[in-house]
Amino acid sequence: MSDAQPLLSVDDLRVSFATEEGVVQAVDGVTFDLAAGEVLAVVGESGSGKSVTAMTLMGLTRSPNAKFEGTAHYKGTELIQASEDHLRRVRGAEIAMIFQDPMTSLNPVQRVGSQIVEQIQEHEGIPDQQARERTVELLERVGIPRARERVDNYPFEFSGGMRQRVMIALALSCNPSVLIADEPTTALDVTIQAQILQRIRELREETGAAVILVTHDLGVVADIADRIAVMYAGRIVEQGTLDQIFYDPQHPYTWGLLGSITRVDRPRPERLPAIAGLPPSLADRPDGCHFRPRCPHEFAECSKVPPLEARLDGQADHLDRCWLSVEEKRSKREVLPGEIGLGAKEGARA
Amino acid sequence: MGRFVVRRLIQMVLVMFAVSVITFLIFNVIPNSDPAVRMAGRQASQSTITEIRREWNFDDPIYIQYVTTMKMVFSGDLQSYFTQLPVGEEIRKGLPRTLSLAIGAALLWMFVAICLGLYSAMKAGKFADRFLTIVALVGISMPVFWIGALMNHYLGFKLGWFPNGGYVELTEDPIDWAYHLILPWTALAILFIGFYSRVLRSNVLDTINEDYVRTARAKGLGERQIMVRHVLRNSMIPIVTLWGLDFGAVVGGGAILTETVFDLQGVGQYAAEAVGQLDVPPVLATTMFLAFFVVLMNAIVDILYAYLDPRIRLQ
Repeated sequence: MSDAQPLLSVDDLRVSFATEEGVVQAVDGVTFDLAAGEVLAVVGESGSGKSVTAMTLMGLTRSPNAKFEGTAHYKGTELIQASEDHLRRVRGAEIAMIFQDPMTSLNPVQRVGSQIVEQIQEHEGIPDQQARERTVELLERVGIPRARERVDNYPFEFSGGMRQRVMIALALSCNPSVLIADEPTTALDVTIQAQILQRIRELREETGAAVILVTHDLGVVADIADRIAVMYAGRIVEQGTLDQIFYDPQHPYTWGLLGSITRVDRPRPERLPAIAGLPPSLADRPDGCHFRPRCPHEFAECSKVPPLEARLDGQADHLDRCWLSVEEKRSKREVLPGEIGLGAKEGARA
Repeated sequence: MGRFVVRRLIQMVLVMFAVSVITFLIFNVIPNSDPAVRMAGRQASQSTITEIRREWNFDDPIYIQYVTTMKMVFSGDLQSYFTQLPVGEEIRKGLPRTLSLAIGAALLWMFVAICLGLYSAMKAGKFADRFLTIVALVGISMPVFWIGALMNHYLGFKLGWFPNGGYVELTEDPIDWAYHLILPWTALAILFIGFYSRVLRSNVLDTINEDYVRTARAKGLGERQIMVRHVLRNSMIPIVTLWGLDFGAVVGGGAILTETVFDLQGVGQYAAEAVGQLDVPPVLATTMFLAFFVVLMNAIVDILYAYLDPRIRLQ
């Protein structure tokens, strides 16, 4: 991490929801920094709290049943306790978000152009014609052909990939400093996925916006992320640069994630590699390390919560939550450095 | 949009044709007795009956009878053989009264229902919402002839705050017109307010959880703008459909009770009285007229619906 003041600094963020099944601790002490222009990938299974973390930064999880602790400082403003009025000025203008499902994220009865114009005018109050011109430019920039005509179309006249481009144009319309992309490609087919990611990468280079990319797919982040935070059951279990996570993963859960990616260039395994067991219910999580029940390397220490800290010499920015010693980790993991999918140790899982 | 409107209007004409055929069959063919005798009403002389049989071509084949009947109904020379009054003239006199009642009540119930429904949705689960739920249920459960009679008796007769029934022409005195209609509007609207506010409440609660509302919030829009532009517009679509259909149904017969209770002398009351006297020509004409009105309203609703929801108009 750089010495410069981070753009966004999240400290010990906790989010819980009161539900009928009891209190669900969706986010449990998440801490990370985001520097300007950086791409941070937040990776984890469904229900690991990654989307809740992202949405909480914009105040989109606020509800009478939700409880928030911790802080998130953005350019000197604290976001978690900020007033709704204050947040409104941040939303869309400073921090913008691209959602998972482009099919449902646009208002079906409003022209796509006017949905973008609406946001520009909310934050900048410029004349209609000017806002419209900018909208056309934005749509061109995200790669929508014949943008000048398409600006007056309705969302249902666009394909899924095109709608996601509209969402990206919407998110970029007020030049935000932080772009949160919450599984932006999950609902799209594979070829479109690549185009959308490519577009996000290019736009980040053009605009210099920092990106928080929330995803469950480590394959997606390999191309685009600078740093990776791996989340499990509401906690960050490992955090480091792209190289650190891919070449020297420290947490057994990260090994599992890396190992569970199938590869077409390898002999097909008998069964798809998967992490045994299920993620815990967030309403009733195991004490200590949450990954303990699924971890093949569990031992006595694991009943205590391992802190998220640097455990490798000379690498202050590679943090993890695992009690195993560094030597044990390196000897036990089955994934190969820099590789995704199970390594050459064929049958190591048998 | 233009093509959609034309297509829908052609459809409407076809439905109207079907309605006219069915009405004709029900009145003149299905009852197994001499249609001329029924047409003539009670206490008709043999010569009247013979005259009617000739005039309506009741001895000719059915399709000629159909054409003749339609001519009679639409030319405006249809008359009641019982009261000797021209039917077309009576309907023309009653129509502004019925429309005054129906349009005023429809605007009233829509406006109040939007306010209450929206308020209820925003306070969902709280006391205000529960209270309004009960009020709506009570409103839905009160029959219009009962609440109308109560209002008329207490507010009109006993307290004298409102006129005790009757109607004043809008062109004559707009204020007196509205004054005479306040009670009928309210009595007719109560049922619909209860119903519509419940439907709107649940629509709003569904819409609030839509992804695009979250997008609107993420855009930094104010709560009011989110509610009006994104939530309400989408929640209104089913309500507008219901509105047009109910409005058609009110004009097409639903207002009969209200008109009668408040003695408004509208088309509905005219039809009801004709039925009471077994006076067939007015019943035939009002049935056709009101059925056509319902069909027309259906077409208007569909066109309005297409305006509100672009997905329909462009298909």
